Amino acid sequence: MPTQVLMPALSPTMTEGNLAKWLKAEGDTVEAGDVIAEIETDKATMEVEAVDEGVLGKILVSEGTQGVAVNTPIAVLIEDGESVDDLDLSAANDAAPEASSDDAPASVSSSDAEQVLGADVKDRDILYAQGKVIEPPVFDEAAFTDTAECTVRVALRDAMAEEMRRDELVHLLGEEVAEYQGAYKVSEGLLDEFGADRVIDTPITEHGFTGMAVGAAMNGLKPIVEFMTWNFGMQAIDHIINSAAKTLYMAGGQLGCPIVLRGPNGAASRVGAQHSQCYASWYAHVPGLKVVAPWSAADAKGLMKAAIRDPNPVIILENEILYGQSFECPTSEDFVIPIGRARIERSGADVTIVSYSIMVGKAMEAAAELAEQGIDAEVINLRTIRPLDRYTILESLKKTNRLVCVEEGWPFAGVGAEIAALCMEHGFDYLDAPVERVCGKDVPMPYAANLEALALPQPADIVGAVKKVCYK
Amino acid sequence: MAAKKTKSSAAKVNKDELLSLYREMLLIRRFEEKAGQLYGMGLIGGFCHLYIGQEAVVTGIQSQQEPQDTVVTSYRDHAHMLACGMDPKGIMAELTGRIDGYSRGKGGSMHMFSREKNFFGGHGIVGANGAIGTGLAFSHKYKKDGGVAVAYMGDGAANQGQVAECYNMAALWKLPILYVIENNKYAMGTSNKRSIAGELHKRGEGYGIPGEQVDGMDVFAVQKAARKALDHIRSGKGPYILEMMTYRYRGHSMSDPAKYRTKDELNTMKNEHDPINQVKDMLQQDGVDEADLKAIDKEIKGIVAEAATFAQESPEPDEAELWTDVLIETDAA
Repeated sequence: MPTQVLMPALSPTMTEGNLAKWLKAEGDTVEAGDVIAEIETDKATMEVEAVDEGVLGKILVSEGTQGVAVNTPIAVLIEDGESVDDLDLSAANDAAPEASSDDAPASVSSSDAEQVLGADVKDRDILYAQGKVIEPPVFDEAAFTDTAECTVRVALRDAMAEEMRRDELVHLLGEEVAEYQGAYKVSEGLLDEFGADRVIDTPITEHGFTGMAVGAAMNGLKPIVEFMTWNFGMQAIDHIINSAAKTLYMAGGQLGCPIVLRGPNGAASRVGAQHSQCYASWYAHVPGLKVVAPWSAADAKGLMKAAIRDPNPVIILENEILYGQSFECPTSEDFVIPIGRARIERSGADVTIVSYSIMVGKAMEAAAELAEQGIDAEVINLRTIRPLDRYTILESLKKTNRLVCVEEGWPFAGVGAEIAALCMEHGFDYLDAPVERVCGKDVPMPYAANLEALALPQPADIVGAVKKVCYK
Repeated sequence: MAAKKTKSSAAKVNKDELLSLYREMLLIRRFEEKAGQLYGMGLIGGFCHLYIGQEAVVTGIQSQQEPQDTVVTSYRDHAHMLACGMDPKGIMAELTGRIDGYSRGKGGSMHMFSREKNFFGGHGIVGANGAIGTGLAFSHKYKKDGGVAVAYMGDGAANQGQVAECYNMAALWKLPILYVIENNKYAMGTSNKRSIAGELHKRGEGYGIPGEQVDGMDVFAVQKAARKALDHIRSGKGPYILEMMTYRYRGHSMSDPAKYRTKDELNTMKNEHDPINQVKDMLQQDGVDEADLKAIDKEIKGIVAEAATFAQESPEPDEAELWTDVLIETDAA
């Protein structure tokens, strides 16, 4: 059957072009791959190659014609013994996509002060991805009654060790994690217990070893990548976002990336601008990632275990100053905090303070001071930044009607900005005052001790913000 | 001439193998030509990078691999998927953005994967495939499964810092990886002469990684080099670099008119070094019937036509697909 040669689209944006020149004449034999014409697109002059073989039976659009629409027949190819008149000009139709039904969002119900036990919600991740307000995952934290005091450092180490005993595919790699026992001693003793095949010192080469770990995770391993600090992890951000976070989606669900990326985040003490930065909003921006930020030793242990068991890429934003702080921590190996569930650290009636990581401690200090001044603050420890436990925040807001969020990061497009937007979109009628944000100052971190203290949120700043939303 | 030269490197190839190589390379070429045509009709969108001219590289290397091996490449990836044994229908349907595509229409030309065929993409960031391939090799070593990772990259990617970082780690830990640099002389529109200092196959020397430059238009030369490299890697000696000197006949992507090179250069490669014609000449010299070759041509055309029809008839993804596969669903703890 004769074949039509159509005006081709030769760039993502081309809708029409000029037929500049025919390089074959009617009656010429054409092989697949032969250049038959030149056309001018919106960007350049391009050659048109034949895909089918045959004889150029008829030229339908003569050279020099301007503004030929894409898919207009420009010539007809015939095979031996055929004539141009055999051509059937009917066009094929594409199947139209069908419309889908909407997923029904879970409803939000108002409840009393105490945090709900949680709910099992089908398609939780989709609902989270759509920004729907749903109850956090089920977790009965009170059931873990056996506790012992330990530092955040030891809690992180114990969680990794427990999970490495449980699953041989789990391994740890990074700079100084093995023989040096961790730049901040978080991996102390792991080399001795698990050996050099599973606790691996890497060269100082974040981009390369992160890409490598992502590849290993795609083929079924479960790497824990330690960045000496998240500041150095920025060298690897392409692999974290483009390779780890997006692959499941780009593969239509075929290929996941069960990787944990962890290390100290935010300001330590007097280490200057390049080593003092909070990455919470950077990574929380990205669909396909989960982001957790522990404060206490219990947070550290429970979230680390959850992150390692999670089949998705999980970012753990630790904090160097917290490493040495001690907390009561459940001893059970089953203490796994569900990702996506916040914790109410202090119950209160007058105002809600939402925070994460080291700022939870500052918020608790501020709450104690506020109590002396007669203001009863509720403090929410987010634990997870993405997916955000919107439910717990909004339930608290419904009770207190006033909200302050506290973060170490910069204000612009920060986690506080997201929470303020949440309160406006879903809690507008409950607000008795505009949401107040307490953030790191919008400057690179200064070195001088007094300036650094000014740049970081302090309990006094939180107290001030709370009083502002309480009109006191 | 070209055919004469290949004679020597193909001394021991039997007729069945010749036919099989011919068939595989022809499938790639016809598939790519069809993809170009569908792009021209507006059925394929965005970026579309064709492999026409480079067929001998992936065909020759894949012919020497074992089933447990893994493969990763850049965005010029359709041929690698075909060589891995992925279904042309599923690949073409992904190109047209339909539900029956390998990524359910959510990946596109540059992002396809097959766990079943050990093909790990399809990556759009230049050089990322080098690091991901190194990770595949790490996983083979960790699991002790005897597999080798084959990481393809272009000459442009070979300049990326992460590739150098991975050479270092792969050599340090003796990872089972074959780095294949497909040197088609141009990183998009920038000629090697203007972007590469030294020679790419020697870039591993400082790390103790052996490297070799190979005529990537000659499938037998590719096979021979791959066999040697893979033997080296499988014996536990660590990585190997093969720099395949090849040529793409089309532009970098569909919208590239390729004005940065001369017509003579292109025609010389097409007329004197075409990988498919070299094998075809040998088959004819071996006395294979013209009718047999025609039959193969017809069969391939049929496969490609069927893929094109399938890719146009498969529906677009359901709107609910927008929200799936962002995260793997987990049970609440």
